[in-house]
Order: sequence, then structure tokens, then C-alpha cells
Amino acid sequence: MTREGAVNAVILALLAAVALAGAAGDRPFLVTLAAKVAILGLAGVGLNIALGFGGLVSFGHAAFFGLGGYVAGILASHAQNYEPVAEWPITIAGTQEMLIIWPAALAACALAAAVIGALSLRTSGIFFIMITLAFAQMLYYFAISWPAYGGEDGLPIYLRNAFPGLDTMDGLQFFALCLAALVLGVGLSWRLRDSRFGLALEAARQNPERVAAVGIRVFRVRLAAFVISAAITGLAGALYADLNRFVSPAMLSWQTSGELIVLVILGGVGRLWGPVAGAGLFVFLEHVLGGVSEYWQALLGLMLLGVVLFARGGLLGLLAGARRHG
Amino acid sequence: MSAVLIIEQVLNGLQFGVMLFLMAAGLTLVFGVMGLINLAHGSLYMIGAFACAAVAMATGSFWLGLAASIAASAAAGALIEVAVIRRLYDRDHLDQVLATFALILVFSEGTRWVFGSFPLYLDPPEGLSGAVTLPGGIDYPLYRLAIIVAGLAVAAGLFWLIGGTRLGIRIRAGESDREMIAALGVNIAALYTVVFALGAGLAGLAGAMVGAIQSVQVGMGEPVLILAFVVIVIGGVGSVAGALVGALLVGLTDTLGRFLLPVAFGAILPPSEAMGVGSALASMLIYLLMAVVLIFRPQGLFGARA
Repeated sequence: MTREGAVNAVILALLAAVALAGAAGDRPFLVTLAAKVAILGLAGVGLNIALGFGGLVSFGHAAFFGLGGYVAGILASHAQNYEPVAEWPITIAGTQEMLIIWPAALAACALAAAVIGALSLRTSGIFFIMITLAFAQMLYYFAISWPAYGGEDGLPIYLRNAFPGLDTMDGLQFFALCLAALVLGVGLSWRLRDSRFGLALEAARQNPERVAAVGIRVFRVRLAAFVISAAITGLAGALYADLNRFVSPAMLSWQTSGELIVLVILGGVGRLWGPVAGAGLFVFLEHVLGGVSEYWQALLGLMLLGVVLFARGGLLGLLAGARRHG
Repeated sequence: MSAVLIIEQVLNGLQFGVMLFLMAAGLTLVFGVMGLINLAHGSLYMIGAFACAAVAMATGSFWLGLAASIAASAAAGALIEVAVIRRLYDRDHLDQVLATFALILVFSEGTRWVFGSFPLYLDPPEGLSGAVTLPGGIDYPLYRLAIIVAGLAVAAGLFWLIGGTRLGIRIRAGESDREMIAALGVNIAALYTVVFALGAGLAGLAGAMVGAIQSVQVGMGEPVLILAFVVIVIGGVGSVAGALVGALLVGLTDTLGRFLLPVAFGAILPPSEAMGVGSALASMLIYLLMAVVLIFRPQGLFGARA
């Protein structure tokens, strides 16, 4: 096992241990925190495909995180109120089944990302950062001013959506579900990274002209990566809505986009488990520093500044050494 | 819907646009000359507003507060340029975004620590309170009119500074070739600090002027920051003229959209729905505008380079 493999195993074990310890010690708060780490980690794993592998600095992934959340929230609210989502041309009923909600969230985010990506990927550099931000802001303001689904107040989900054979209101079972989704997400990004597609994406990050010269269409590769990245982040959003039993425009806000980037960077950009380590560190800091001072975000800011200026590579870079190339 | 109402909204849009210009001018200069994305620009706006409110409360004079706002934000700008920003010029955009995002967290929480979470209120100066009757019988708040005039005056001053002074020549030279002007003996580090402090001072001035219309609170800078980014992307990154045109375009589009779209939808939808659809679309309008500009003219309206 390589050093990075060992670090990854420790991260996974630590996450499961915290949840189990919380459940055994009757501290449901810890289980919730572990689930939050798994979900934010999954969102980060999604973003990492665009940001880390593809070098596409999306400052708008909150759009997909929030969209996934709203798909879960809207379908659940219709099921709760026994109102169909749509009656024309076909009747679509609301649902509280995760097995229906998840594909719906994945599809909605993939579709949104196909449109946003096709327009945004025509630009690069600062313009790509700004246009992805602009699209996320569009959705954010739309969610705030659209009154049908709670507007600014957000949308409550009274009972967590259901998964066959599980009691999702039980913290530990819900955590297990999130962890399974996370492991699947990391597995997918691992297979993706080592595939021909992943190589092309990585190569396009380093030198798009050469990739184009050997006959690969950079735009298509990047667009596919952007769509996959968005879909995974959207799934995390659906789970996050269930965790909090609440969806609000805050999930779509630019701060959320910033935090997703922050946790990918804190953990180690381009590393398979980097976002998970980053999510763990982020949630840990939130609660440890939050206990020290109510102004914990200032401390987080100073730490982040330190990481960016002096410790590039993030937590995984620190623990497992520099990223291997090739 | 009367002509008076429309003219009022156009004036509101101008006032908003002029204020956005003060923010965007600093951002676009910093990006044009140093190639830096500064998310913390909104924090400098906030610092200006807080400095103005604090000094105005202590001394009772709005004008002293206004001077303090420029001084405080320019000083804060110079400080972060020397301590942090300077290390970021050679980094990629991702590092710049992250480091300046970190600065936002530090500034926001620091301000909350000093001033608390409750908003401060700042009254417009006495000579500028009340309404004035414009030709055509329109009553309009004098203070908002003063903001438009002050903003346009600052814009004129800035164009003179950049187009007609030695400092401006150096700034423009720095934009086109920084190695060359360093080789010619210009102290490039000092120039960068001056440009950054200049942009910061303008942001602080904008914050102080707007602080007297809205409340002064932590987090007030970020919505304006994002709009200022929209402005410089529309206008063309690095172009001060583009920033002015972009700012007025965004200010007018946003203000008139919020006013006209619900009315327009009222013609085809029942009133309650028209309000919802209209205001939802209106709040997305400027981002739509930016997306359209980026798609058809990626370098912005006044941008020279793609």
C-alpha cells in the first residue's frame, strides 16, 4: 500500500469511527457531523473532477449543490402535500423515495451543467470563474424571488426521504447511506482519472494545444468532465437537503461555492480523497474553532491564507507527500 | 405608469451605476495592472462604510466621516497589498481567489468583533437631506442626486489621473508591459501599492456614500462586489472606460428591470403571478446580460485582449 493509500484508509476509518463512537456513546450530534463530512466530501469529490483533474476553476458549483437539494426538497414537498409536480402533459407525482429522487437530481444537474458548461467553456481564466459565478447567482436570485417553493425562507422536508430497507431518520443508517454514496463517488472519480478520458482531461489541463493537436476535442472532454462533476455535486446536494431536512437559497449562494473550493484546496486539489480530508478538516475546524471563539471564521481565514501562501498541496500534500505524476 | 416615475427610476439606476463604477474602477485597475482577482474588494467597501459611520457618530460630521472612510480603506488596502496581495501576483487565479476569499473571512469577522453584529446607521449630511424639485416637477432626494454628481466627478478625475498625469502614464505602462517599465527604473512594487490603495480608497468612498442610504453592516460588501465583477466583465477587464459604461448599463438594467418587468408581465399574467415571475426574472437580468456579453464578445465591450 502506498503512503497515500494508507492515509486514505485512515481518513475513511476515522470517519466511520467517529460515527460509530457517536452512535455507541449516544451522542447523535457526532453522527450528524460525520454525515455532514461525508456529504460535503462527496460534493468536493464532484468539484474536484472539474477543478482538480480538469483545472476548470468553477466558482459556481453551489448552483448544482443547491439544484440537487431543491430537486429533493421539491419532490418531497409535493409528496407531503399530495399535489402532483405537474399535471400536463403527463401527471408527475411527488415522491419521497431516494431511489427516484437521486436519478432526478443527477439528471437535473447534468442537464443544467450541460447548458452552463457549453456556454461557460467558451471562455477561460478569470472569465470562466466569473461566468460560472454569474450562472450560480442567477439560480440563487431565482430561488430567492420565486415564491412557489418558499423563496427566501427555504423549504422544509418534514421527514427524511426514504430508502428501501433503511430507517433514514436513524442517524447511523443515514450516515451509512451517505458514506456508501461517498465511496461510490470516490470510486467513480478514481476510475475516471485513470481512464483514457481522465488522461485526456489531465493533459488538456496541462497543455490544451497539444491535446487538440493529437486529435482530441478539448471542449468535449471538458464539457463531459464538467457535467459529471456537477452531477456528483448535485447528488451531494440532495443528501445535504435530507441531512438538514431543509433546503434554502443559502445552498446556492456564492459563499457555498467558495467553501466547496476551500475544502477541495484544504484537503489537496486533484487527490482522490483530498476533498474528503478537506471536508473533515473544515467541519472539525468549524466545531473546534467555533468552540474557541464565535469569530472562528476569521481564524479559518488566517489558516486558509497560510495554506495558500505557504503550504500548497493541502492536508494530503502534507501527510502523503507531493502528488505523483504519470 | 407615468413619465415621472420612469425618470425617477432612471435616476435611481444612474445612482446605482455610479456607485458600482467606484467599486469596479479599483477592481479593473488592479486586474489590468497586476493581473489579480481581488475578492476582498468588497471588504474595503465595508471598511469605508464602517469608518464613515464610526467617525460621523463620534464627531457629528458626515464630511469628516467621508474623509476617514477614504483614508481607512486606502490604508487597509495598502496594508493587505504589502502583507498578502504582493505574494499573489505570480500565482494562478485559483490561489488568488482563495487567498482573497480568506481575507474576506478575516475582515468580516474582524469587523463583527469590533462593531458587533447589529447594523449601524448613518445619516446623510444636513445640507443634502430632503428632496429637490427637478425641472418637470419631479421630487427627488437631494442626497441621491449628490451621489450621482460626486460619482461622475470622481470618474472625470480618474480619467484625468490615468490619461493626463505621470502616475497615469506609469499605470498604463504597467498594464501593457510590467517588465519593461521596471527595467526603465520605475519602482514597480511602490506603483502596485499605490494602484491598490487608490482602488481601495474608491471602494471605501462608495461604501461611505451608500452607507447613508442603506444600513452599515457586516457582509454589505459582497453583493456589491459580485455586481462589480459583472460590471468589469461586461465592460472589459482592465478598461476604466469600460467599467464606467458597464456600471451604468448594469445599474440601469437592474433598476429598470425590477420596475418594468413586473409591469410587463402584468399585461399577460394575473397580478400576483406577474409580480413573482417579473421580480424573479428581474433579479437574474444582469447575470443574463453578462452571460450574453461573454458569449458574443468574451473580451467585454471595451476589452482589447481576449
